[in-house]
Amino acid sequence: MMPRGYAVVLMYSTSYALRAESILHRAGIETKLVPVPRHLSSNCGVCVRIVQADREAALSVLDRARMEIEGIYDLE
Amino acid sequence: MIYFDNAATSWPKPQGVAEAMLHFMNDVGANPGRAAHRRAIDAGRIVYGAREAVCELFHAPDPLRVVFGKNVTEALNLALCGLLRPGDHVITSSMEHNAMMRPLRALERGTGLGSGGIELTVVRCSRDGRLDPADVAAAVRPNTRLVALTHASNVVGTVLPVTEVGALCRERDLLLLVDAAQTGGAFPVDVQADRIDLLGFTGHKSLGGPMGTGGLIVGERVDELQLDPLVRGGTGSRSEDEEQPDFLPDRCESGTPNAVGLAGLLAGVRCVLGKGVGAIRVHEVALAQRLIAGLRDIPGVTVYGTGDAELQTATVSFNITGMAPSDVGLRLDDDDGILCRVGLHCAPAAHRTIGTFPGGTVRFGLSSFNTAAEVEVALAAVQKLTREVE
Repeated sequence: MMPRGYAVVLMYSTSYALRAESILHRAGIETKLVPVPRHLSSNCGVCVRIVQADREAALSVLDRARMEIEGIYDLE
Repeated sequence: MIYFDNAATSWPKPQGVAEAMLHFMNDVGANPGRAAHRRAIDAGRIVYGAREAVCELFHAPDPLRVVFGKNVTEALNLALCGLLRPGDHVITSSMEHNAMMRPLRALERGTGLGSGGIELTVVRCSRDGRLDPADVAAAVRPNTRLVALTHASNVVGTVLPVTEVGALCRERDLLLLVDAAQTGGAFPVDVQADRIDLLGFTGHKSLGGPMGTGGLIVGERVDELQLDPLVRGGTGSRSEDEEQPDFLPDRCESGTPNAVGLAGLLAGVRCVLGKGVGAIRVHEVALAQRLIAGLRDIPGVTVYGTGDAELQTATVSFNITGMAPSDVGLRLDDDDGILCRVGLHCAPAAHRTIGTFPGGTVRFGLSSFNTAAEVEVALAAVQKLTREVE
């Protein structure tokens, strides 16, 4: 069975992360708020984890909601 | 005991509010927006939920443009002292609470937190507390920046024509700041339809939350980079930077929030949304209608305001001829267990407008938790007092 690869969306603050989570949920995208992985740096300690397969959909949804993100990174 | 002081703070709170706060204290407890552990995220979700609920109530589009603070007084101070610059002209009404007037007077004098030196026009309202939008329009000058109004008087309940003034402000490219302390949760407020650029709200009156909550909704026409925060400090964001973040809400929310309070506020607002502001309004209008009519029928009682429950909130001010308001209040409390507020209600301007300065009035502040039976008891109590006055 293929393990699911994750990606993380980095945000400017926890409020932004919570808003992103709310927006992504409404679009049916599965999320989990997790601490920012050690190898990445962020302005805020929390980021939104999604599956890599949802990457494009997530970026599109967030863009439509005019949500500014700090970046999106695939986790190995 | 009959609680008629809801204009000061609401009691009781809706079902679930105290439980939500207790749940937060016992089972969540973490500081939101700082650490990333599960309890901190839970706490963050509660605070974010409160932002969303407030947006739903006031029809505001962006939860991140809700700035929480400890009360509406702080929110109004943020708006006024944060935005206004020397030389700006501000228009306000003669019915304002001191939460609006004191910062405005300080800014006019050039003291206080802001940069000082604004020009202020106080538009006179009628004796029953009504404001004519034409008078606001007539007061506009080339350097007018802001119109700042209470949505409803905390003394006589008269609702001011915020929607019409909002339209005027759009035409003239002005900002509109509204103090919704007396209306939020009890009277419709729609920041988009009413064209309100800055909405100060309190959590502990008709929103049903605890004291220590309130905030400012910052509309999209307000450039947040022009809004100086009252307080700077830790925000759990941009932690590598010693400068305050630019973006809302972090820019104006420093330090640990009143998360337990916001847990209560979330529960309260959800209850209000469940009942519907429309239904709450219908209940309160009926109570106010009976109270006003009943008081007017008692010889020796003067009722202030428009006398029309549709034109005001469920807050009614009156006096008994020959009896000082303080005596009335004490007797109602001692004899009949009716709790109300007497005096000037932190709104000297309003009392001057309605003609009750400096003696003040007796104020009954009702909510949708009060009943018709309680109104009848109060009317009988007031009648009994009038018979003692010779």
